[in-house]
Amino acid sequence: MIRPLCLLSIVWLFAGLAGARDFTDDAGRVIKLPDRIERVYAAGPPASVLVLALAPDKLIGWTRAFRANEQAFLPTKYAELAELGRLTGRGNTANSEVVLKARADLIIDIGATGGTYVSLADRVQAETGIPYILLDGRLATLPQQIEKLGRIVGAEARAKELAGYTARTFDDIQSRLAKIPAERRPDVLYARGPQGLVTGLGGSINVEMLEWIGAKNVASGQLGNGLAQIGFEQVVLWNPQVVITNDPNFFREVWAKPEWAVIRAVRDKRVYLSPNLPFGWFDYPPGANRLIGLKWLANLLYPGEFKYDLAKEVETFYTMFYLQKPSVEQVAKILGEPGVLPK
Amino acid sequence: MLAVSLSVGRFSISLAELISLLWAAASGTTAHAPDNADIVLFNIRGPRIVAAFTVGAALAAAGAAYQNLFRNPLVSPDILGVSSGAALGAVVGIFLSLPVVMIQGLAFAGGLLAVCAIYTIGERIRSHDPVLTLVLAGVVIGSLLGSGVALTKYLADPYNQLPAITYWLLGSFAGVTRSDLAIALPVIAIAMLPLILLRWRINLLALPDDEARALGLNVPRTRLIVIAAATLMTAASVAICGIIGWIGLVVPHAVRLLVGAEFSRLLPLAMIIGGTFMLAIDTLGRTIAQIEIPPGVLTAAVGTPVFIWLMTATLRRRA
Repeated sequence: MIRPLCLLSIVWLFAGLAGARDFTDDAGRVIKLPDRIERVYAAGPPASVLVLALAPDKLIGWTRAFRANEQAFLPTKYAELAELGRLTGRGNTANSEVVLKARADLIIDIGATGGTYVSLADRVQAETGIPYILLDGRLATLPQQIEKLGRIVGAEARAKELAGYTARTFDDIQSRLAKIPAERRPDVLYARGPQGLVTGLGGSINVEMLEWIGAKNVASGQLGNGLAQIGFEQVVLWNPQVVITNDPNFFREVWAKPEWAVIRAVRDKRVYLSPNLPFGWFDYPPGANRLIGLKWLANLLYPGEFKYDLAKEVETFYTMFYLQKPSVEQVAKILGEPGVLPK
Repeated sequence: MLAVSLSVGRFSISLAELISLLWAAASGTTAHAPDNADIVLFNIRGPRIVAAFTVGAALAAAGAAYQNLFRNPLVSPDILGVSSGAALGAVVGIFLSLPVVMIQGLAFAGGLLAVCAIYTIGERIRSHDPVLTLVLAGVVIGSLLGSGVALTKYLADPYNQLPAITYWLLGSFAGVTRSDLAIALPVIAIAMLPLILLRWRINLLALPDDEARALGLNVPRTRLIVIAAATLMTAASVAICGIIGWIGLVVPHAVRLLVGAEFSRLLPLAMIIGGTFMLAIDTLGRTIAQIEIPPGVLTAAVGTPVFIWLMTATLRRRA
């Protein structure tokens, strides 16, 4: 009887000394947060985007340095933060030493919360002693992600504003989507890569936007939930009404290719190129940056129902999330790229 | 195999429709076939079939010639770095976000340059065993190029470029178009010629150098011609469909088990079997699922049991 009491009091004592508060992350891990969180290491781009939006002065660096054309969309002092490398996802380029050297108070990763990520988080946390939080990064939970992160980094007011904007965007789109019957929802192919023959299967993070916005991803219902190579015959069979691509070279070449000429999307001139400045609008990185892409996609897929003034929306979203009002030229550069808007 | 491959696919074309389409194309009339069947047949499936057969034949021929030249059955067409060079070229092309044609061009040039470099190094080092020197130079330069590929992948944008690089390195016939064939086919055909014409002399290369010389063979010149031809073929193949392993190594070997090491018999049969096998693999890869199964996965999965069976059957018979 004495032992548990003893243990309890020791735990209580330590908790009291550190001034810790408990936080249960989206993987169900209970993490003691330090009282003062001044330096946050974002383990991957989705986390970087949200920390920038909520508490930019606590962001200690980027997982990858910006290229010159991307950098211009962010306030210089944030865009020029150090390149620290990434801890999770494709191409891990950081190690625990980097995080220690950067004197982070907290590590945050937003994205998948499966076993691999849990074990990585546990390992890094054990090695460095720095609390490592995993948040579920699905698009539909974006308002909750923002609010949770706001509580963690002590930016509740800012989080309320951004989560409110996000929830309003969601509601506005979903309420109008609800009135669109199934037969008016287009078949869409997401064509990646220089030849447009790599696509995202159903459930993959790449086509999450399509699923959220109620379009039919022609490649859903397949084995697997990642990217896959497809053959052109299959594209002819699917005969998508809309093609979305992320590759400017593919967008330029698709019009001249005889085999693509038979596809409905090409005949109807409904092949679109997703913008990617400073972050992608459609699939990658799978973070809050896709929010502006939803409005863009809604206009393209349901031109009868959605008539967002994109120049205005870009200005609002970029100012709110990227902390700098884009110039008229910058907005024109994004929206004026061939393929971004219908002709 | 050709007829089967032409009529099966995701887009179903019956044998009757196939004949109707072919007749219509030959006579200039319209065929009784579903919409877009002609596009599928002549722009997509046709070029793809030609590409698969040609690439299979070219890789098997190059492999057969190399195995003779290096007197080693474990040699494949990429022993002199052609695949590593092509891979680096293509990967750099994707890294720089170049159009497809440029990526293919860089892959082709990369393959040729790699072999040139290795051959030059091999020539510079005078040794009593020039073949061994070549192989060593190939291994060393090949791994250097491999580290170049790895570095480029590491630097590439992990979201857009890295997947594209991965798919290119896996190899596929999915993207082969008529315009690709129009360039690659003549190159492969021209490179094939010297191998066919010199098949008797290539046979002698399997002998030790001094014996071959005693039989009146200009060993270094023949060797150079074989390397140039095999390199051109392999580089053109890799440029249009990415890296495809296994065929160049195992098909010549299997054929040797069937007809023996005589190169003049080995070469034509290796080409036919290599081409047919590649075609069968690609037909399988594009039909069993809506998504493509990479040829590299299927060649080994289908080919290994066949090869083991062949090996036990023939070797047991001989013993």
